[in-house]
Amino acid sequence: MIITPYQSRFREGSYRFTDLLHAEWTKFRTVRGWIIGVVVGALVVAAFAFVTGQQGSCNVSACTGPLGPGGEQVSDSFYFVHQPLTGNGSITARVTSLTGQVPTLTQGPGMRPGLVPWAKAGIIIKASTTPGSAYAAMMVTGSHGVRMQDDFTQDVAGLPGAVSATTPRWLRLTRSGDTVTGYDSADGTHWTRVDTVTLAGLPSTAQVGLFATSPGFLQTSLGEASASGGPSTATGVFDKIDLTWSGGSWAGTDVGGGGGGPTPGFTQTASTFSITGSGDIAPSVSSSGGVTIAETLVGTFAGLIVLVVVGAMFMTAEYRRRLIATTLIAAPRRGHVLAAKAVVTGVVSFVAGLVGAGLAVLLGQRVLRDDGVYLFPADALTQVRVIVGTAAVLALSAVIALAIGVILRRGVGAVAAAVVVIVLPYLLTVTAPILPIGLNDWLLRVTPTSAFAVQQTLIQYPQVDNTYSASYGYYPLSPWAGLAVLCAWTALALGLAAYLLRRRDA
Amino acid sequence: MRHAPLETQLPLGTRYTETGHTLHAEWTKARTAGGTFWLLLGVIVATVALGAVVSAATKCSSATCGQDPAKVSLAGLYLGQAVVAVTAVLAIGGEYGTGMILVTLTAVPRRSTMLAAKAAILTGSLLVAATIAVLGSVLAGRLLLPGNGFTTAHGYQLLSLTDGPYLRAAVGSVLYLVLIGLLGLGIATAIRDSAVAVGVVLGLLYLFPVLEAAVSSSSWHRHLEQISPMTAGLAVQATSSLASSPISPWAGLGVLAAWAAGALLVGALVLRLRDA
Repeated sequence: MIITPYQSRFREGSYRFTDLLHAEWTKFRTVRGWIIGVVVGALVVAAFAFVTGQQGSCNVSACTGPLGPGGEQVSDSFYFVHQPLTGNGSITARVTSLTGQVPTLTQGPGMRPGLVPWAKAGIIIKASTTPGSAYAAMMVTGSHGVRMQDDFTQDVAGLPGAVSATTPRWLRLTRSGDTVTGYDSADGTHWTRVDTVTLAGLPSTAQVGLFATSPGFLQTSLGEASASGGPSTATGVFDKIDLTWSGGSWAGTDVGGGGGGPTPGFTQTASTFSITGSGDIAPSVSSSGGVTIAETLVGTFAGLIVLVVVGAMFMTAEYRRRLIATTLIAAPRRGHVLAAKAVVTGVVSFVAGLVGAGLAVLLGQRVLRDDGVYLFPADALTQVRVIVGTAAVLALSAVIALAIGVILRRGVGAVAAAVVVIVLPYLLTVTAPILPIGLNDWLLRVTPTSAFAVQQTLIQYPQVDNTYSASYGYYPLSPWAGLAVLCAWTALALGLAAYLLRRRDA
Repeated sequence: MRHAPLETQLPLGTRYTETGHTLHAEWTKARTAGGTFWLLLGVIVATVALGAVVSAATKCSSATCGQDPAKVSLAGLYLGQAVVAVTAVLAIGGEYGTGMILVTLTAVPRRSTMLAAKAAILTGSLLVAATIAVLGSVLAGRLLLPGNGFTTAHGYQLLSLTDGPYLRAAVGSVLYLVLIGLLGLGIATAIRDSAVAVGVVLGLLYLFPVLEAAVSSSSWHRHLEQISPMTAGLAVQATSSLASSPISPWAGLGVLAAWAAGALLVGALVLRLRDA
């Protein structure tokens, strides 16, 4: 009998990368502990969405604040002195003073004179006095000069500088059909067009008039981690009011119930109006209550630690069992071996993350809503980005652990190092910020933790003052830029791992 | 050339399982294993470095800045505890990784004696490293904080270990690191695999705070803080606004001690009942 010696289907020295991938996938799939780890990783990401036990006191409709024309949640409270305008027309007014009151805070309860940077007084054309309705406004502000704003999210700068009796500001709004044009002037004769905007669906009869409002006072000192604040008021003084139509009597309305500041209202002496208001006409920011869908993804960290352990062991087990010798004899191109391992780890973790994060976001949202928690709206595309981004964070973390596993060759060191560089900065900057805000933001730009920016769904508006810190869901980097930072760290770790794998004896 | 046969220092018939000998054996292993010294040095460097960075970065601009100088100067523990966890896990996990555990258990068949000896050696070496680490952090805070507005004008005394609450924070921090070590030893004994064990220890430490932040119900939030090994344990560092602390300083350290004792108990039980 002739025994045919075993012949591999591969010719000597000629294997393809896909063969390596197949080999590494076989190693991965046949270790029961690793498969269990991946499944557990996916499950904990999903499971934590249900254990936060958030309870709210509202159902979906009751907790939603007014929605702007774009469907976003807005604040819309101000003192409005108005009269109807039917058809086209133009209003002109001169603002001679903007003063205000802010809470004393540290000196106890009460108010002291002061003006918040985005205190507003000016003229406005608004679809109705219902909060959230479309509008266009020209205004003077506390410290941002003249602005033209419309429909809550748009903001265009006009004349710079503060308003006073010696430097008054002339404002004009002209309606023509659906479009409104704003002008400003320092002397009432030389006018500059600031912007022309289109207000879709502006009814033929709109409310036109004067307004004043002042957003909450916010005290943040550099070098400290906390902020404090309270409601404020602003008082605008108007005269030289000129309407292109016959005009009627003025009515005063505290639109949206005001922002909590004392004594909103207006006084009229001859042709001079003094209007005091509190609140803001602006998109809502996190401090107004509610949670984002990132709240359903607390489990990311539990899943991350599990997948980091699996990723590290996928490499270090080779060293412990000396399988690395066999692996490198079979595939002498060490860089390719590392690449194949990274691809297998990354893909498996990505899929686990996708399943876990997908379940968490989709089911977690429903649970939160049923429990009466207000969720900031996030459209479908944003939700997909959050889910895919979270899966990518998990995959990259597992690959970083694998690369550190090559560098250190010890599972314990690889796991500890990966967890410390990815999770610890998050703890120190987002969960329990012990660091001052400046250092916090810097860490969230350079450490691997920056990647969690991919879970943010809130938008920072320059025309709204707020504590834009990561604890409130605002990261200094945009979602994809944050993920790119983690990609760079992963590339760095893989590069160092490939270099050491080539240079060192296995 | 003739080699003299190796002779042990102990005469034949000596009971090797006596605690003193077991301790000596564990001490020799810890002393001669390559990584131990560097890991203990790592505990010191990590703790002092992060503590100094936080002390240098934290500013206090008014009497109401609400900063606790003890917490600020001892913030390095957030990082130092990770190195402690690695040290502790490797104290026994390393033996499982190399198979040394078989030799150890042959020499010392009383398994709980072996674990107790390991715990004693680990406690001793961590006590030394943690004391140096905490003293270094205290010194860094003492030098850096007055320049950042932590002055008498803002109601802060110069950091001093003669100050009762601050001494408690410093001593408590040393004990905190030792207890984290014992927690890691217990978990590693039960799990055997070092990589998985350190993942579990770090998960236990770092996941609780993330979960606490996500829970909105204030009573649940408080309960989580009270049972979290890290949050409760670090309550021992609080020297100002104690009323807002979820748990009193020593009770918090007690919670961590309970976690460590529980982990060691489970580790000892599993070690007894299971094949090595």
